[in-house]
Amino acid sequence: MKAVCWMGVEKMSVETVPDPQILNPRDAIVRITSTCICGSDLHLYNGFIPTMEQGDILGHEFMGEVVEVGASIRPEKLKPGDRVVVPFTIACGRCFFCERQLWSCCDNSNPNYWIAEEMMGYSPSGLFGYTHMMGGYSGGQAQYARVPYADVGPLKLPEDVPDDKVVFLSDIFPTGYFGAVNCDIQPGDTVAIWGCGPVAQFAIRSAFMLGAERVIAIDRFEYRLRLAEKAGAETINYEQVDDVVQTLKDMTANVGPDACMDAVGMEAHDDSVMYLVDRTKQAMRVETDRPIVLRQCIKACRKGGTVSVPGVYAGFDDKIPMGAFMNKALTMKTGQTHMMRYMKPLLDRVQKGEIDPSFVISHRVPIDEAPKMYKMFRDKQDHCTKVVLDPWANGAKAA
Amino acid sequence: MNQIRSILRAGARATEPTSPRRLGALIGGGALALLGLTQRSKSGLAMAAAGGALVYLGARVDRHPGVLVAQSSILVNCSPQEAYQFWHNFENLSIVMPHLESVTVSSGGRSTWIALGPMGSRIVWDAEIVNDRENESIMWQSLPGSALFVEGTVKFETAPANRGTLVKVEMRYRPRSGAIANAVARMLGKYPNFVMRQDLRRFKALIETGEIPTIEGQTHGPRSKVVAALRVADPTRPIRPESQVREVLNAMRRIA
Repeated sequence: MKAVCWMGVEKMSVETVPDPQILNPRDAIVRITSTCICGSDLHLYNGFIPTMEQGDILGHEFMGEVVEVGASIRPEKLKPGDRVVVPFTIACGRCFFCERQLWSCCDNSNPNYWIAEEMMGYSPSGLFGYTHMMGGYSGGQAQYARVPYADVGPLKLPEDVPDDKVVFLSDIFPTGYFGAVNCDIQPGDTVAIWGCGPVAQFAIRSAFMLGAERVIAIDRFEYRLRLAEKAGAETINYEQVDDVVQTLKDMTANVGPDACMDAVGMEAHDDSVMYLVDRTKQAMRVETDRPIVLRQCIKACRKGGTVSVPGVYAGFDDKIPMGAFMNKALTMKTGQTHMMRYMKPLLDRVQKGEIDPSFVISHRVPIDEAPKMYKMFRDKQDHCTKVVLDPWANGAKAA
Repeated sequence: MNQIRSILRAGARATEPTSPRRLGALIGGGALALLGLTQRSKSGLAMAAAGGALVYLGARVDRHPGVLVAQSSILVNCSPQEAYQFWHNFENLSIVMPHLESVTVSSGGRSTWIALGPMGSRIVWDAEIVNDRENESIMWQSLPGSALFVEGTVKFETAPANRGTLVKVEMRYRPRSGAIANAVARMLGKYPNFVMRQDLRRFKALIETGEIPTIEGQTHGPRSKVVAALRVADPTRPIRPESQVREVLNAMRRIA
């Protein structure tokens, strides 16, 4: 089959690889009909998250049709022919954490638990196509994928909803929603959201769904700010203001946003001196992340407010304003998304017509063009917001 | 590559500080590393890495501690009965402990254990259960006259508030000869407690989910030759590949 492989930093390639096989009794094989490039894949593309290996298949946002299931999967749970969307976190459904709905903290799904344990103390769940530290599972930017614990993760879909409307249930829609849930929104609240990428776009819409009075979106790309405005957000182009924190103060009558969301993560941009310092440290690999947005979130947030972090961080960060965080009595909520909490309720919203997630798609291309699209998405060329890959277009052979 | 591997193994067995083998590993490894570094190619890099590994093995002074202890504990989402029943049939342990080739249980609480040592060698001992408290604890010991004195204890405690069962394991090994000591040290890896923790993780996953998570045998794109060479030269790589664990598991399931 065809698969998008990581062959080194900024080196992606579409390779012909063997088809995936069932390896464990609760596995399933999915024939992929739609798959996407995620903003978090760009961290791997840029080489900022350790434990990638040449030949790894990327991709954690995919959906398709079940073609084979392992011996332990009961037909009422999943059977060949079922149309499913697959969550990017892999969860066993039986451990302490899964039983408490902390799906992205599953204790059993990472076969390389000890690597993550070295770095973080304990390992979160395994992820598709996202470093060996997170399990080393082959991802879904391919024609087929092996899905472990397939009786827990994949959500069965009705036939009448097109791929474009449901494929984002695999990650970015629930992730944006989870980011908004973590803002602990109360009536009258103002939520400031850094970044206007795909996750943030869903977070903006989710914040309004959850009752936010105002959403202020911050980015530097006009086309992304316009998309945020369409959802009803006020916007700040941070390249056109002196100081984002001061601007937010001015916009909120010196109260500050009740909740601040970092939907940017480890590769933030800025025009300050600190940015250059972080950028240099990151290039020298003495600091894994550039926590510019996180610093601003903590500083800008109103006293007693909440900082929500759906943006991906990999390791160690410098100059986090702990003084502000402690003295202002802030709460920080984080985590990879507990996908299985939100997929079904959000599917219901899509079916009821409350939201059409396809608004975020800017490019639909055959899988063969994936390497080019990685670069375009990274460099924000051609107003790129979200790339959906078709694994079977362009006469791609059936394995 | 096979040659390098046999040299590596020889290096690993060199235990005397003044052993000519150890000296050979140091000098040969150093030369190999230098030669590799002067060639600016991928194969040169692999050569340098292999040389480096050789030096590392040569420089490592193996000591024989009197007793090797491996201990760890884990919280498993199951009842003490389930955990006890799994452990009480020692044959199950080879599924979660890759350094055990097999355990065969015979009558009267006796069992024969076969562990994998260096270079495919086997360490065999017989053991018997010396204390057995149903759903609470099991203690076993090797029989007198075995090449190895082994003592194992596993305890099962109910965790508070329905949080499952706390499983605590301690295994003590006292080898009778230097060669066996080396083999046991190799079997347990560098950090016996670390190895035990991995074993217990596999045990927990198997009990909770019915399988052991793995990516062994999954599809992927072309791997780097340098990494492949490093992996072969890795002195800490698993003795038995995971795929064999899976075969054992499948066999178990067929029988069940």
